[in-house]
Formats: sequence, structure tokens, C-alpha cells
Amino acid sequence: MNTKEDFGTPLLSVEDLRISIQQDDHVLHAVDGVEFQIKKGTTLGLVGESGCGKSLTSRSIMQLNPKECETQGQIVYRSEKDKGLQHVNILDLKPTGKMMRSVRGKRISMIFQEPMTALSPLYTIGNQIMENILIHRTKNKKEAKQIALDMLNKVGISNEEKRFNQYPHEFSGGMRQRVMIAMALSCNPELLIADEPTTALDVTIQAQVMELMKDLQKDLEMSILLVTHDLGIIAEMCDEVAVMYLGKIVEKAPVKEIFNNPKHPYTKGLIRSMPKLGGNKNRRLESIEGTVPLAINMSNQCGFYDRCTQRIEGECDKQRVPNYQVNGEHSVRCFLYKNEMEENGHV
Amino acid sequence: MSKQILNVKNINKEFKVKSTKLFSRPDPVKVLKDISFDLYEGETLSIVGESGCGKTTLGRCIAKGVEATSGEVIYHSDADKQIDYLHMDKQEFKQFRKDIQMIFQDPYSSLSPRMSVYDIITEPLITNFNLSKAEVDKKVSEIAEKTGLNASYLRRYPHAFSGGQRQRIAIARALITQPKIIVCDEAVSALDVSIQAQIINLLIDLQKEFGITYIFISHDLSVVQTISDKVAVMHLGKIVEMADVEEIFNHPKHPYTEALLSAVPIPDPNVEKDRIILDGEVPNPANPPTGCEFHPRCPYKTDKCISERPDLTQTDEENVHLSACHYANELHLKGVKIANEGNE
Repeated sequence: MNTKEDFGTPLLSVEDLRISIQQDDHVLHAVDGVEFQIKKGTTLGLVGESGCGKSLTSRSIMQLNPKECETQGQIVYRSEKDKGLQHVNILDLKPTGKMMRSVRGKRISMIFQEPMTALSPLYTIGNQIMENILIHRTKNKKEAKQIALDMLNKVGISNEEKRFNQYPHEFSGGMRQRVMIAMALSCNPELLIADEPTTALDVTIQAQVMELMKDLQKDLEMSILLVTHDLGIIAEMCDEVAVMYLGKIVEKAPVKEIFNNPKHPYTKGLIRSMPKLGGNKNRRLESIEGTVPLAINMSNQCGFYDRCTQRIEGECDKQRVPNYQVNGEHSVRCFLYKNEMEENGHV
Repeated sequence: MSKQILNVKNINKEFKVKSTKLFSRPDPVKVLKDISFDLYEGETLSIVGESGCGKTTLGRCIAKGVEATSGEVIYHSDADKQIDYLHMDKQEFKQFRKDIQMIFQDPYSSLSPRMSVYDIITEPLITNFNLSKAEVDKKVSEIAEKTGLNASYLRRYPHAFSGGQRQRIAIARALITQPKIIVCDEAVSALDVSIQAQIINLLIDLQKEFGITYIFISHDLSVVQTISDKVAVMHLGKIVEMADVEEIFNHPKHPYTEALLSAVPIPDPNVEKDRIILDGEVPNPANPPTGCEFHPRCPYKTDKCISERPDLTQTDEENVHLSACHYANELHLKGVKIANEGNE
């Protein structure tokens, strides 16, 4: 590892990730050249509407996508804790191989959206948490149980001895999500991927879970990739934000920059169309007209072209939009910033 | 002041839950307890609360999707007639069905995949009115235009439409009988943000045009604030607070409302929030706590709250503001400032 990039070295860098799905008579380009980095100890939010490819992107890091998905590009992982994983391209690893298994669940963990379906109804909670620990941390069952109990305690489940032997149906939604978190964090991962972790929960429970994730992140010094469609959660949890639209990251910036100074027309529209608590009452919202097109046979035009109010005809619909660097950490994929940026010498 | 259209009086609903013990009687679980409110023409009443609080059941009772156990729903139909339809049988109620319609949460399961969109939209029209084919066609194209559906796509089946389009179809279906009241049960929660804004706008526009009254059931307070005139907060089958939307958001008078408001994530990283995090979860409605049902999670509880159950009472002299808390006026709870309509 280079010495100069000590702090702020990306733990994970995704480079030019492309995922395509072969369907009957056409190819769906679900993820189309996604690039981002996650720094150590920070939270990156991946925000977008359904079908924009955010879940596929996050799952490709764990190599959990179905076989039909053809994945290209690089996902470089730089582990600090594991010498064998100091610089590996995850996509080079065999999905079922030993190397991949030492990453999945141990170095990188995941929380899924539906706590109702992500847990097996046939095993006790304790059993399911211990499974991960027995594979990655210890072979001693007693020790594993102790770790599992500690984890349950850490995520705020009281009466953990009793809870340990219960089945998922005896838990409420919020409690199940806590169990999921306990399971994901039981091996002290360096990166946690949370795919819509609070979407299925009530606001009050959502607030509990978010607080819990923040506390545990501080304790364990892990990085989080937070996939969500809720800008409110982004604003409260993330350090950096990447906005996805139709398989591409259209804008990327630190969280304050995204909300204070959004550049891409889609980001602006998204922020404006959010009903905001404390905003105006009984007022029409500003919406983005139209719907997300399907990513089939896309020509070189900008994916947002049809819905964009600021489109430049003859430019946006003709060529691939490059990424423009607005400043150090803010980049945007939109021709509106072409002139501005070229003067600065960034393309 | 516009005229009253619906009086809901002391609705109760019990569900029989199978007992776990052999031969023992099924235990009724009270999911709605003495719900009462008045609804005025052209306004939107939002019902908010966590999952399991009974808000959907209440909506369904009013739309007669499920039968309430007891209570009255008095509907002021056109000719100044007042009818309690809650206990009518299906045949009798049929004449009012066209006035009270419903929009459901999930536009994927609420539309039959075997019917074309045209059939879906016209079905209520055909069952409720006796119209010629030409008249039906005319109405459908009118409604399609109003709800932003492309009339040339109406022969297609629901699978060919996206979530937002499907919700427009559901709205068109509810709207075609020219109802007076529409119960929207989480009508926008399943939609993406940008589409959600389109549908909310559509609902607001249609209300302005046709003077429809909405009962808007939602768990999302930011949406509720955008669309409502009045808000009723439900907790464990009871209304615990009810007032105009500004009043309830600016000065909540029930700790539960305060907690709900503070839990909403604000899409603005510059706002520092001091959030009230409720410990624990919604109590089991089969075995509700004593006294005030919110007391196990309430940060302000006293001994009185544990022993005495507060009633929903008027707490303000000027505004209508009902709250079921012993300390509604003593606690100075934190709300959310709603900006006025002026700075548009």
C-alpha cells in the first residue's frame, strides 16, 4: 500500500462497473459505468428511484447478483485487517470460492430491506447469528454463543438469553432489523452495505435503527454504503452522496454540497419534489414529469433527456455525457456544466 | 364554512383472533375504539399513525370494505338527507357505493391483471349506472385526460404500465363514478419520490376541480402536511390527537405526535435535530397497557398516566384541538414550523 494515502484511502473503489442482463430479445444495461469510492469510516449514500440500478450495484460488491447478470469493471477492495486482501478486485474472485467467502460476511456485510424475508423462519435467531460467527471467527460453540449474545445486547435487544432461542416470527419488524444488524456486524466488518435498511419500518422505529447504526459505526469504525431512495435518511446519515439515474451516477458530492448546491437537473428535481416537513402547506409540489425509461437499446443520449427541463437539443441527445468535476469532490454528469468546467481544465 | 358530509360516531371494530389454547373461546381484539369525527365537504382529513394502529381498518370501515362492530357513519347525501349506512346490507348500500370510493396502496396488486385498463376503469360505471356504450366511452376519455392517462393505451393490460401510471389508473377508477368521498389508503407510499409528487399534485388538482373530500391514510408526515386540512393521529385503535394541520404540526399536544414529528428525517443536512427516540415498540393491541396506552413509551409519564385513561378532549378555546393526554396544556411540546402559503 502507498504510504502517502494513509487516511482517506478508499476502502473500496468501484471502477467502471457495468451490469447487463440478457433478456429474451434484448440486453438491459442496468448499470452503466458506475464509479465511486468509499473511504474508511465514512458513509456513502447511493440514492435513486426504483430501477436505477442501485441495488444491483450494491449486490455486485458481494457478488450476490443472479447468474443472468453479466458484470464487468473493477471493484477494488483494500482491506486493512486482512493481509491477503490488501488489494483485490472482487469481480476477479470466484463467487463461490474461498477468497470470496472470506470477504463476504466477514469483511463486507450486508443488511437487506425486508427483515421479514431475510431471516429464515426455520432457525432460531441465535442459530442464525451464530452461523456467521462459527464460519469466520471461532470454532468453539460456547464462545460463538457469547459473541452472539453480546451482539444482541449491543443492538438493544433486552433479555437476550431468552431471545436467543426464539424464532423470527416472535420478533416485530424493528426487532428483526436489529437482529439483521447484529448478524451483519457480528464479525466486525470493515464495510457494511445497507440496502434500504429502514424502508419497511415505521418512522419511530426507523429513527431507532438509524441511531443504532450511527452509534455502531462509531464503535466499530466501519464504512457504510447506504442504498436508499429517501433523501431525508441521506441527509442524516451520509458523508457523501452519489445520485443514480438509469444505471449511471449523475452527480456525486459531499452531503452538504448536494443539498446546498445541487447541479444536475435530476438532483434538483428530486430535492424539490420531496415533500418537506416544515415546508409550505397545501401547495403543489414540483414534480419531475414523465417516468424513468427502460434501459433497453439506449442510444448515446443522456438518460434524463426526455424528462429534463434544461436539455440542450443537439447535444444531450447526441453524445455520451462525460463526467465534469465541479470542484475537488463534486462531480456531475451534465452538459450544462461543460463550458464552466472546461475552463478549469477538468474533463 | 362548508357543509358537513360525514359524521363518524363511535366506531368500534373487533377482530376475533384464534386463541392459542385448545377449546378456549376466541379473544376479540379491539382494533378501533370509539372513533368519532366530522368531515366537511372538500376538505382532506389525514389519518396518521404507526403500522398496526388501525388506520387502514378505519378507512375500510368507512368505505364499507369491512363491517364495523358498532357505531354510526352518517352520510349527508345530496338532498339534505342523512343516512347511517354503516349497518346497511350490501344491496341497500349499493346506491351509495358510487359516492364513496377507495384508492389502495399497492398499484401492483389492486388492479386485476386479467382486465384491460378500459375494463378496470369502466367497471364501477357499468355496475352503478345504466349508460349506453357511447356515454361510457365519453366518460372514460374524459377521466383519462383528467388523470393524465393516454387514451390510446386504454386497451392495454396493467402489466404494461409503470407504478405511477397504475396509480393513475386506480385514481381514474375511483373517480369515474364522481364520488363525494375518496378514502386514499397509503395511496402514494409505494411510489418513487418524483412520481409521488406527480400523484399528490394530481390529487390536489382533482380535489379543487370536483370538490372531493379525501380521507387520506398515511404514515408519512411530510406528505400529510402537503395535502391535509385536518390531521387525526391514531395510536392503538384510538384517535389521540386531532386538529388543523398547522395547529397540530406547530403545537402538538400529545407526546406521541411530538415523537412522530421528530422522527421524520429532514432532507436537509444543515438542520441539527434533537430527536426524541421512543424506546420500545407499539404495545400489543390484544393486551393493551393500563391507563394511557402510550405510557410505556412516553417520556413524560407520571403515575396518573399509568392508572387513569385520558379521554379525547377539547384543549383549546379558539381552535378545535382535541388531545387525549392528561397534560395536554401543561407540556409544551415541540412541533415543526409550517411556513405560510404566502411565500410561494
